[in-house]
Amino acid sequence: MRLLRIVPDNTRFDFMRFRRISFPMSAMLSIAAILLYFFHGLNFGIDFVGGTLVEVQTKANPADLAKMRATIGALNLGEFQLQQFGAPDDVLIRISEQPGGDPAQEAAVQKVRNALGASVTYRRVEVVGPSVSTELLSYGTIGLLSAIVAILFYLWFRFEWQFALGAMIANVHDVVLTVGFMSLTRVDFDLTSIAALLTIVGYSLNDTVVIYDRIREMLRRYKRMSMPDLLNVSVNATLSRSIVTHLTVACSLLALLLFGGQAIRSFTATMMFGVVLVGTYTSVFIASPILIYLGVGTGRMGGAEEPETPPAPPAGEPAPAKSTSSRPASARPAPPRRARARR
Amino acid sequence: MLFFTRWKAAAILLTALVVCLFAVPNFFSEKIVSHLPDWAQRHIVLGLDLQGGSSLLLQVDTNAVRQERLQAVDDDVLRVLRQARIPFTGRAIHGNGVEVHITRPVDVKTALDKLGELSQPLAGIAGSTGQRSLDISENGGTITLTPSDAALTERIRQAVDQSIEIIQRRVNELGLVEPSIQREGVDRILVQVPGLQDPTRLKEILGKTAKLDFRMVDLSMTVEQAMQTHPPADSEILNGQKAGEKYLVEKRVLVSGSDLVDAEPGFDQRTNEPVVNFRFNSSGARKFAEATQQNVGKPFAIVLDNQVVSAPVIREPILGGQGQISGNFTVQQANDLAILLRAGALPAPLTIVQENTVGPGLGQDSILAGEHAAYVGAALVIFFMFVTYGLFGLFANIAVAVNVAMIFGVLSMLGATLTLPGIAGIVLTVGIAVDSNVLIYERIREEVRAGRTAINAIDAGFTRALATILDSNITTFIAAAVLFYAGSGPVRGFAVTLGVGILTSLFTAFTLTRLIVAYWVRMWRPRTVPI
Repeated sequence: MRLLRIVPDNTRFDFMRFRRISFPMSAMLSIAAILLYFFHGLNFGIDFVGGTLVEVQTKANPADLAKMRATIGALNLGEFQLQQFGAPDDVLIRISEQPGGDPAQEAAVQKVRNALGASVTYRRVEVVGPSVSTELLSYGTIGLLSAIVAILFYLWFRFEWQFALGAMIANVHDVVLTVGFMSLTRVDFDLTSIAALLTIVGYSLNDTVVIYDRIREMLRRYKRMSMPDLLNVSVNATLSRSIVTHLTVACSLLALLLFGGQAIRSFTATMMFGVVLVGTYTSVFIASPILIYLGVGTGRMGGAEEPETPPAPPAGEPAPAKSTSSRPASARPAPPRRARARR
Repeated sequence: MLFFTRWKAAAILLTALVVCLFAVPNFFSEKIVSHLPDWAQRHIVLGLDLQGGSSLLLQVDTNAVRQERLQAVDDDVLRVLRQARIPFTGRAIHGNGVEVHITRPVDVKTALDKLGELSQPLAGIAGSTGQRSLDISENGGTITLTPSDAALTERIRQAVDQSIEIIQRRVNELGLVEPSIQREGVDRILVQVPGLQDPTRLKEILGKTAKLDFRMVDLSMTVEQAMQTHPPADSEILNGQKAGEKYLVEKRVLVSGSDLVDAEPGFDQRTNEPVVNFRFNSSGARKFAEATQQNVGKPFAIVLDNQVVSAPVIREPILGGQGQISGNFTVQQANDLAILLRAGALPAPLTIVQENTVGPGLGQDSILAGEHAAYVGAALVIFFMFVTYGLFGLFANIAVAVNVAMIFGVLSMLGATLTLPGIAGIVLTVGIAVDSNVLIYERIREEVRAGRTAINAIDAGFTRALATILDSNITTFIAAAVLFYAGSGPVRGFAVTLGVGILTSLFTAFTLTRLIVAYWVRMWRPRTVPI
């Protein structure tokens, strides 16, 4: 049986050359995302700003939004939104936080329940009072930051500080771009968005770590290869894995996006953007080349080149795929004996 | 890497099997499961977002606890100084403390000694903590007594514990099925009731403190007079049930609600209106008998949460310790009041700070959506892996299937709650588990390209890939752990399944996949690797 090769064997893309494009591009996108956050803002869900969310199924199909708007408008509850949610008889009612603290929110729900009466069945009622909402936002932010810090300490412990720093820059880049995406698409930013951001951080790091692992291995093996060449070899070696893995993750996410229901749609959309698009790009085009600037490998021993020939430096364009085992075994250096030992 | 002793192989298969078996009770109905032994009954609980129900987050009014504590200190100061016959002026609650000015400087030392006895050492978990319940300071004859932070924290903790007990009783009295009531953080209580559609009545019942007192109505002046001038020092003006209705009531409590032993809704025999019949315990009965004997012909007030429910005139002494509260109730109100009185008063008022109600329709839809997504996701992944890696792809699919079964097994063992974000976590874990296999296979492909023999390449592929898998999974696991500790509600559900999923996928990558491949190698002695 002929198996699918998504990435041909022995690719030699010159990924590092793209850093002259990818770095300015990422910088610009990040600035754009930050500007979006400050001037366009996030569509904060009730988790973080307080308020009431009621999802109802109307007896009338499709729902008479105008009539409902009039009914709820008559209650004088300040700002509110009606929105069709999935099915035509499914309506989402959002009421902004009422002045008067926690009890006032409860009173508002009661009013809505009384006004709509038996014309609807309630699918979901969520009320978040002001004392909880401010806490949730700060806890969420603290959680996100402490996760990044905890992971960095782990990387510092396992690798060297340059790797940890590189991973952090890549990480912040991911979070910033994803927040920009959320601002642009007006996705509800609630507790599950924080979970999505954290998963994106986890996945993107996962990817970065796999490449860093290979870079570390190469650093031990080829003591004299130039840094850009070495990084290219490492990224190319892991390229097939990166793409296969992201395709499978994309498969899972696609299923969640299409069939997982309205309730987690914003979550999966964010993940799709963060994991599949940004995370993959970051680990190849940001996390790896940044190691050149952070001075990884400059302190290597300039000792004698190992007897074996290192793989040819990458050409500017992809080399034609060779058949599987065309190279004699001796063309490759012997496997390092202590590939796993920490330095 | 490819050699397993018989024992090791058996242990691996046994572990996987046992963990998977724990998932089995989930597939049977409640009735069948109840016949199983206890340890086999553990199963996954569906979250309220999947099975429908109501969840309320209540906050204990810590300020009320603090005020009550200050009031108690204030009363103590009055009692102690009067007993010691020390003259004083300007006794008042100021901010966080009680201030009192000792008139004669010579008394200050004795006053400090006497008041010092009010401050008790606080008992910690391991004996005395060296902290005391009150901080006492003196400045120019003015003594300030401040309840210490440790003492207040302890008070609040007690108040929350008591509240949980009383909420439990009230919820049980309402006849709700399988409620879960637990502490959240320092001063919050989470009440979850599966299947509850409309929490309006529950909210009403939980929102009442239900502090009941029997006190005398103050007849020394009329309410109007009191409102124009000042009420007497030992009395206060309270609202009645009707709008504008006011009573002048003594602050002194004759008998309090804590002396009630029973309360039942009923009907008044003459007027046929709904009432609540109650019974006192023996000390309550004695106090009530004394008070009614001394005050025949005068009105007393039944005060519930600082509101006068009714103010009947005492026609004859009530000696049997039984009584009746009437106050223009509806049947429902009489019922609720009886429930509240039986369950007892909350030590402090509760506020609802978060409500989340999910109807059964949405829950059912979410389960279906989650299942569909899981099937489609699994089908896509299985197909993709097979097309990419052939036979080894099948091995990977077996490992991933076992992995999912093990996740359910571990979640059952933990008795964890499965929520919609939790299902999302499982679907994502499938991605992670696949990644482990991809890393291994890609590495094997590489080793083959480097010219190794089949068995050599497989061995080297596993050795090197597993190191990477460990590093990358630990980073994701750290993220899941932080999510669990920092998150709440839905986020936690996601963190649990993600964390458990990472552990099981590490297990399958390190043992099961390797074991399957090792057996395949031994059986077929391959000369080339089919990937």
